[in-house]
Amino acid sequence: MKFKAMTALAGALAISAVGAANADPVEDTLVINDELEMVTKTAAPEHMEYIDEIYSGWHFREDDTRDMQRDDFDNAGMLGVEAAMDAWDTVEGTAGKACSDCHGAIDEDQMVGVRAVYPKWNEAAGEVWTIEMAMNSCRTEQMGAEAWGYNSADMINMTALMSYVSRGLPVNVAIDGPAAETWEKGKEIYYTRFGQLELACANCHEDNYGNMIRADHLSQGQVNGFPAYRLKDAKLVGLHNRFKGCIRDTRAEPFDIGSPEFVALELYVTSRGNGLSVEGPSIRN
Amino acid sequence: MKRAISAAVAAMTLAIPAMAETVDPNDVVYEEGAVTASLSGAPGNPEEGAKVISEKSVGNCVSCHQISAMPDVPFQGNVGPTLDGVADRWSEAEIRGIVANAKMTYDGTIMPSFYKTGDFIRPGVGFTSKPLAPEDVTPLLTAQQIEDVVAYLVTLKE
Ligand code: HEC
Ligand code: HEC
Ligand code: HEC
Repeated sequence: MKFKAMTALAGALAISAVGAANADPVEDTLVINDELEMVTKTAAPEHMEYIDEIYSGWHFREDDTRDMQRDDFDNAGMLGVEAAMDAWDTVEGTAGKACSDCHGAIDEDQMVGVRAVYPKWNEAAGEVWTIEMAMNSCRTEQMGAEAWGYNSADMINMTALMSYVSRGLPVNVAIDGPAAETWEKGKEIYYTRFGQLELACANCHEDNYGNMIRADHLSQGQVNGFPAYRLKDAKLVGLHNRFKGCIRDTRAEPFDIGSPEFVALELYVTSRGNGLSVEGPSIRN
Repeated sequence: MKRAISAAVAAMTLAIPAMAETVDPNDVVYEEGAVTASLSGAPGNPEEGAKVISEKSVGNCVSCHQISAMPDVPFQGNVGPTLDGVADRWSEAEIRGIVANAKMTYDGTIMPSFYKTGDFIRPGVGFTSKPLAPEDVTPLLTAQQIEDVVAYLVTLKE
């Protein structure tokens, strides 16, 4: 509770001191391929205490970066989606099965909507699972195949495909019931001031979104666009890798990719975007 | 070295450089956020201070602050207030306190504490992601770098 009060106070001070310069997300509308209208800005979910309106990170990027996401031919992240479509039909492991053997051909749409509700409580495992964990369970338990590395290209490409088939649907993760405890843990991490710079996610993405930190236009740190094709890296980047980079930049030792801490943080941050469209693979700088 | 003595020594050494003595980060005396005596016991150099403020690898203050007197420094941020005219708003001692540990002036501020070694959560070795043992933490800026920055900032009058 203490941290929240303080960051909110610091935020109020900083905003009053800064004035309006650069303070706004760009006014724009995202329609993909001239047909798929995306919700990139909407009312904040009820559980948000300090923010009234939520914005996709898309609103904080430059004109040309935003434009690349309007058409799938210009979206380099689609290469990952295509690779995953091949993997979807590829038999692997001792059971001699492909994803499509159990979940149908990708255009049968059985996976539509799955991305939008992850991370999600898994009853059998008794814990919250990210979609990466669900997919790896299929590989090891159903297929007799090796788990993908959490941050491997195969994994990231498949998450891109899972986003792609749910693109445009509203993010809607459950934060109550058995998931509540994990959500609280994620919330605590969000407000913890890590590293020698003593910065919490909230300091940058709640108190200062819209402001410039050096050359970066700070967004709300929403996750609906993941995986994101980062122009800087010229490849698709997974969410936990982004978390890791943000914590590293506070001069801290980040948690590991796939760690229980990052799973909890993912659930919490995803819930801050409930209502935005699933947007991955997005383009970011 | 005890707090009171070090402050007194530091004050004296302004006049007698031969006795210059650095104040340990844990021994800095903040009075309502302000720090009266030089932390290094020596005067600051404003030109060096300007470098600390603008260079990414050192203070990188411009990532959050805009300074019109540095038009050649690209990408000045606006997370913090502009530092133009800061010396009209704050005394030298108050500026020294803000730069050394802004949290003594602004409770819970986003501004990092530049002359502090303790109580960090999961501190890392620079930006490497590697863990840093708490006893190995050194302040973000040296005492002399703080003095150099202060010497520059007191020139920012409107
Ligand atoms: C020192 C400031 C800072 C802190 C602290 C910070 N971030 Fe970030 N973060 C950034 C910057 C800069 C970017 C890139 C520009 C943007 O999208 O905001 C970014 C981007 C992101 C993105 C990508 C958003 C998108 O649309 O592509 C996510 C997600 C994110 N941060 C989450 C977090 C989380 C979670 C934490 C805490 C664990 C955190 N950040 C801490 C500065 C920070
Ligand atoms: C032999 C059958 C089988 C194969 C092969 C298989 N899965 Fe699954 N998959 C399942 C079952 C069973 C579930 C659990 C369904 C449930 O309980 O909701 C599941 C669940 C999932 C879920 C979570 C769905 C949800 O609604 O929560 C995802 C995502 C998924 N699989 C992806 C994949 C991918 C990607 C592959 C290939 C790498 C794959 N699966 C291969 C059987 C399979
Ligand atoms: C991560 C952001 C950040 C960084 C980095 C930062 N500051 Fe600040 N600074 C702030 C904020 C924000 C305030 C205003 C206090 C508040 O609202 O919390 C401030 C206030 C100040 C003030 C008082 C300003 C006034 O006009 O009243 C001074 C002086 C100052 N900072 C100097 C520095 C120096 C020197 C450095 C680098 C060595 C630095 N800052 C680095 C965010 C930052």
